[in-house]
Amino acid sequence: MTVAPLPLIEQFQYGLDAPICLTWELTYACNLSCVHCLSSSGRRDPRELSTAECKAVIDELERMQVFYVNIGGGEPTVRSDFWELVDYATEHRVGVKFSTNGVKITPEVARRLAGSDYVDVQISLDGATPEVNDAVRGRGSYDTALRAMQHLSDAGFPGFKISVVMTRENVGQLDAFKAIADRYDAQLRITRLRPSGRGADVWDDLHVTAAQQRELYDWLVANGEHVLTGDSFFHLAGYGDALPGLNLCGAGRVVCLIDPVGDVYACPFAIHENFLAGNVRSPGGFAGVWRTSELFASLRSPQTGGACTSCSAYDACRGGCMAAKFFTGLPLDGPDPECVKGHGATALASTDRTGAPRPALDHSHRLLPVTVRSAPAKACDESPLARELSVAVAR
Amino acid sequence: MSTDTLARPEFDLDGAWALSPQVSIRPERFGALLYHFGTRRLSFLKSTTLLAVVTGLADHDTARAACAAAGVTDSELSSYRAALATLAASAMIGPRP
Repeated sequence: MTVAPLPLIEQFQYGLDAPICLTWELTYACNLSCVHCLSSSGRRDPRELSTAECKAVIDELERMQVFYVNIGGGEPTVRSDFWELVDYATEHRVGVKFSTNGVKITPEVARRLAGSDYVDVQISLDGATPEVNDAVRGRGSYDTALRAMQHLSDAGFPGFKISVVMTRENVGQLDAFKAIADRYDAQLRITRLRPSGRGADVWDDLHVTAAQQRELYDWLVANGEHVLTGDSFFHLAGYGDALPGLNLCGAGRVVCLIDPVGDVYACPFAIHENFLAGNVRSPGGFAGVWRTSELFASLRSPQTGGACTSCSAYDACRGGCMAAKFFTGLPLDGPDPECVKGHGATALASTDRTGAPRPALDHSHRLLPVTVRSAPAKACDESPLARELSVAVAR
Repeated sequence: MSTDTLARPEFDLDGAWALSPQVSIRPERFGALLYHFGTRRLSFLKSTTLLAVVTGLADHDTARAACAAAGVTDSELSSYRAALATLAASAMIGPRP
């Protein structure tokens, strides 16, 4: 979100009666298997909210005056009722911004999207070249994303978003990402890699280095409001000037996550029982969870800086990202693992991380398409319905 | 645009103004949240008086009258004028035909 840097941080720290916006993951199903997927998506969960249940949530969001939802997944567009839900939301004055890998953005869909003021689209791209992107998101995903961008551009949809998770491999491509965005009259949005979901498995190898982090900060300062960040780099405020945006952790205070089965978590990067506030299927619905959850009440109470209190940067970074600390095994009242003063690196080096919490859910594709055909004992044993064994490959 | 106008944008207090039809307004303890569905920008009104001014724009012939009706004093008028100018610059409010 884009906001003026107003001194309302205190107000927001203590929470609002309704979120400003929220992330809603509609399904765990996805055609891709990105190595850093924050929700470990792949397979649909049989308990996912029905169309009617989703509409009831939208009714609540309308009553609470939640301006817009960030819809994601999984790949939300693979839900057969996806467009029905988008239409229902916008008819009820709940704006929709949805994230997609682009697989369903045909020319026809692009034209339809271009005609709505209330729908925004965010195409995920994690490399400015196929080599860098596909290593993380899977073979062919770069072409899929760029084809979707071309369709949106051809349909006359200026200002759609291109969303990039910053990694060690792509931070050097920032100008190239910006050029892609400019080519399609789109807006670049870059976010932080979190050790959430499958991201926990690749974080050590993919998170930006300390030197790259400084580069990234300088680039953001130079590009200002033209590049969106989803407020995800507020820990970099420790370098000095705050970046545009709210610059605070909004978890359970001004944002939250509704997952595909209706569970409400403090933030999209914290899918773990420690950050589970309730479920929209409970009698009080989503509003009840938002307003009465004990977890959210504790997040809205004054926080202590712990080991960070004496640091000169604490007022700027406020200790950084809760989820990043949690899933790297660091204490929540200590430095962020990517603390710009280097305290995070020190903490990581001196902490036994074997006991770091694991993401609670895993909907990753269980089967990789490896097919083993048992050799026939004799040529005539080969049946036209040859028996194929799918072999589960451990991730 | 000179830096002077950037710092103090013009705003016609004697014109007729209204909230943009594309803007949703949500009252809060501190004032209100504003969201523009067209530009997808969020703004904050930092006081309940400013909220009363903004919601009253459509009911008054001039922005000056809307300010007076909300209880804005003469000495406060310049800061409210600046706030309205900011809202006009981001298309949250616009001139009424």
